[in-house]
Amino acid sequence: MVQDKKIRVIVGKPGLDGHDRGAKVLARALRDAGMEVIYTGLHQTPAQIVETVIQEDPDVLCLSILSGAHNELFPRVMQIMKEKGINDVLVMAGGVIPDDDVPPLKAIGFEGFFGPGSKLQDIIDYIKTHLKR
Amino acid sequence: MNNERERKKVFKNLSGIEIKGLYTTDDVKNLEYKRDLGLPGEFPFTRGVYPTMYRGRLWTMRQFAGLGTAEDTNKRFKFLIENGQTGLSVAFHLPTLYGWESGHEMTIGEIGKEGVAIDTLADMETLFAGIDLGKISTSMTINAPAAILLAMYVAVGEKQGVTADKLTGTIQNDILKEYIAQKSWIFPPEPSMRLIVDTIEFCTKHVPKWNTISISGYHIREAGATAVQELAFTLADGFAYVEAATKRGIDIDEFAPRLSFFFNAHNDFFEEIAKYRAARRIWARRMKDKYHAKDAESWRLRFHTQTAGVSLQAQEPENNIVRVTLQALAAVLGGTQSLHTNSFDEALALPSEHAVKIALRTQQIIAHESGITNTIDPLGGSYYLEALTNKMEEEAEKYFKKIDELGGVIPAIKKNFFQMEIARSAYEYQKQVESGDQSVIGVNFQRASGCGPKIDLLKIGADVAEKQVAKLKKIKETRDNKKVKASLDKVRAAAKGKENLMFPILEAVKAYASIGEIIATLKEVFGVHKEDAVF
Repeated sequence: MVQDKKIRVIVGKPGLDGHDRGAKVLARALRDAGMEVIYTGLHQTPAQIVETVIQEDPDVLCLSILSGAHNELFPRVMQIMKEKGINDVLVMAGGVIPDDDVPPLKAIGFEGFFGPGSKLQDIIDYIKTHLKR
Repeated sequence: MNNERERKKVFKNLSGIEIKGLYTTDDVKNLEYKRDLGLPGEFPFTRGVYPTMYRGRLWTMRQFAGLGTAEDTNKRFKFLIENGQTGLSVAFHLPTLYGWESGHEMTIGEIGKEGVAIDTLADMETLFAGIDLGKISTSMTINAPAAILLAMYVAVGEKQGVTADKLTGTIQNDILKEYIAQKSWIFPPEPSMRLIVDTIEFCTKHVPKWNTISISGYHIREAGATAVQELAFTLADGFAYVEAATKRGIDIDEFAPRLSFFFNAHNDFFEEIAKYRAARRIWARRMKDKYHAKDAESWRLRFHTQTAGVSLQAQEPENNIVRVTLQALAAVLGGTQSLHTNSFDEALALPSEHAVKIALRTQQIIAHESGITNTIDPLGGSYYLEALTNKMEEEAEKYFKKIDELGGVIPAIKKNFFQMEIARSAYEYQKQVESGDQSVIGVNFQRASGCGPKIDLLKIGADVAEKQVAKLKKIKETRDNKKVKASLDKVRAAAKGKENLMFPILEAVKAYASIGEIIATLKEVFGVHKEDAVF
């Protein structure tokens, strides 16, 4: 891990879900922890999120959904990333993701699940120890 | 005072207001009973909007519900009515809130998930099948497409033989708080305000018992605002609607009695009660003194309350029943006109029937067992509560001044003022939870160990989306598409001009045009809103 380079993170909100409180709190916390944070804003399609990933070349992609659309939208983001040959970005998930839905998402490459009640410091520590490049 | 014996150096409430150890007559020495409190049902309504309050009529028990298809939600409504609920409240799925047709790319994964899927009048007919709209009031949480859903409700009423003047209920129709917090906007602020004034004008003449806007602090609070910010931003939005409607030339006493409010009930018990009391007093004073409303009905701030979704915890979820009870109690002691109590499983999923029933029972226990409803405003005159009510009014006035300096609510939205204030409060709160300054039981204090009992969560199957898309396809094949096109042309023409949009929308709805088609037509004229992604 190269320490003199700031960790770049995209915080993304796929789908129509407007619950952005958690995403914005996380974005601030990561920025305060010295990371460079890009927030996509709301109502992003999976393709738009991957487009931002291509343009911004982040180390980490944090996706948040509280609407229940994660089983459809998260796999699409991952699929498009794979099609574009992106495989060195740590992809994490937050929001309301029921326990039963976690294993299938892990199987396709999601790591680090942080639901309601998670500590910001735990997320920061996780990012620092799980970077892929 | 021996401060060493106190547990903390400073005690603060959730808004960060410092709370003293004891309140006495000194803290309320400027309070004048008639000027500042008055009798219930009398100006400035601090003690309640009606003379008899719950001795006359209990609050409406109104659980927000919507899931899957219209059939699924119709079933849930009937379950709630059978269990003693006294009003309906519709939660629409996200595609309806944003005006996307089920099946559009933007609706992938969203159909029927966070609410009920409604595309056309046919869905609304199913939603209210077997429910007499002449006998029950219905609140609809719908904002950017509110005019369309109101038109659909009027059309369903007509089919049931209930004329528009007999319909009772509410459309949320509060677009300002969408830009500020809830984020289900479609059009830019100016055409959105025009649509709202169109609905006000229409209802004033044709649906006189309808609440035209539910001016909402709930979502502002959920997004992270403090109680003071919730109070101030919500009332500021209310003033903005009053100004917009009077600018159209509608007499204030014609429309103001049909404005209603919607507040959050959060954890800090006394602060919440003070918030409702301060809200009533501020609104009454402004309506009378600044906007010169003459009818006492225009001064009354009537409100719905929902307990704080954001306070529900995923850890040890049964504890949420206790949180909800306390929050509901604050709403009742604050004089709410209707109440939704959250279900304990809602940090995890949409609520199951089991969980919803407990939530409804919580209200019934407060109403019928606790004895709290025997007298009006039982906490009025408490040194602490009155001092806190005054303090919240003062703090809200500071925000009103600031918003005026920014040029009003819409300019302040465009400058991201509210958005940044709320984001800052949300972050500050989270930091307090992280540091342990703010305890959350079962999360950062007495943290749960091991697994709790397994809770059966409600799951919305993928078949809901298939069914909904198929139903819409069938409607489009069987309706008179020439009539639909002609009606949409009228909507477009009205949008370009100044005619009230409710009439062409009503015609389009009756022709079974979809919400998606009507919204797409309006977007051609109005354009769409873009938010700065600030945090």
